[in-house]
Amino acid sequence: MPGTMDEIPITPINTVNSTVVKTGGWRAFRPICDTEKCIKCWSCWKFCPDVSIAISENGPVYDYDHCKGCGICANVCPVKCIEMIPENK
Amino acid sequence: MMAKLTIPEEELMSPGHMGCLGCGATQAMRYVLKAAGKRTILSIPACCWAVMPGVWPNTCLQVPELYTPFETTGASISGIRAALDALGQEDINVIGFAGDGGTADIGIQALSGTADREDDVLYIMYDNEAYMNTGIQRSGSTPLGTWTTTTPVGVKGDWEKSPKKNVTAIMAAHGIPYIATATTGYPEDLIRKVKKALSIKGTKFIQIFSPCPTGWKMDPALTVSITKEALSTRAFNLFEIENGVYRITMKPKKTPLKEYLMKQGRFRHMPDDLIAKVEAGLDTAYENLLHLEEFTQKKAGSSQ
Repeated sequence: MPGTMDEIPITPINTVNSTVVKTGGWRAFRPICDTEKCIKCWSCWKFCPDVSIAISENGPVYDYDHCKGCGICANVCPVKCIEMIPENK
Repeated sequence: MMAKLTIPEEELMSPGHMGCLGCGATQAMRYVLKAAGKRTILSIPACCWAVMPGVWPNTCLQVPELYTPFETTGASISGIRAALDALGQEDINVIGFAGDGGTADIGIQALSGTADREDDVLYIMYDNEAYMNTGIQRSGSTPLGTWTTTTPVGVKGDWEKSPKKNVTAIMAAHGIPYIATATTGYPEDLIRKVKKALSIKGTKFIQIFSPCPTGWKMDPALTVSITKEALSTRAFNLFEIENGVYRITMKPKKTPLKEYLMKQGRFRHMPDDLIAKVEAGLDTAYENLLHLEEFTQKKAGSSQ
């Protein structure tokens, strides 16, 4: 963060990566993947609008700090191995 | 880890952005950046994407971006290209990324100027069929019969009275080398079209159909599947126009329009006679497209 007037740029410049913003708090439904049934097609990774799915050998790994729980992954999964579970359970 | 992926793995958009649940416009940006790569400069006017990178000092984009006033996307990308030319930097992609209101209504004269000057830039219109960022007001790109906050239906049937503006036809009239339509439901096709556009010199235009669960009043989980229904009901068509020659890139089997409309709250009030009128209009537009494809391809074949 700039301190004095001289250090402040002429126009505001965004420099901090947005990963510091934990949008996971917006979530009402939590996606849970049954990795036994997963066929590793990565449709969930491909369509995630929040870039919250990582690719691993065992299947998708969710970034619950940022996942907003939209349910696209569960909807596009061809073998339906992703379940949306209410957060209050 | 050797995963078999159909789109590039590199991510230039970070999580933590301010897009709504199931936002189609964020998917569009993610795929466009995957296709364009790191050496890209973006220009974004007032639209959802003016807000979504985050509140200062945060940004979710790993490429430089310039916020511009609503009507100046076309002029700003021309200016960025002129500045890069003056600096002698030729290997940088300049992309304008504007919404449908900022393209079809407010930004059209600046875009027309860019196309007229034949500047070497790519203009992307992500089309969510209304001014979603300011609270779902109708735009030129809103289809016939839609509910928005400025076409509120009510007891008098005060829905959107004019069909969707044909922006690709307006751009085709400028005679630019490459025009395409794409949708977030088919990222491989979208990425191929963006890469192709960036390989061509001159002004390029791509319209990306990106669903907005908030403004369309639908389940955010349907963002991907609704684009497939939009294509099969002819509510949106995938094609490209290369030097005036049309090519329809996907010709799905026709399904009834009513199924597509009833999944979205913005269409649920529509009476059957209005649905029939809309469906007839969409079918005519698709037939015209088929004729254009046949005619322009035959003409291109005979001139060779």
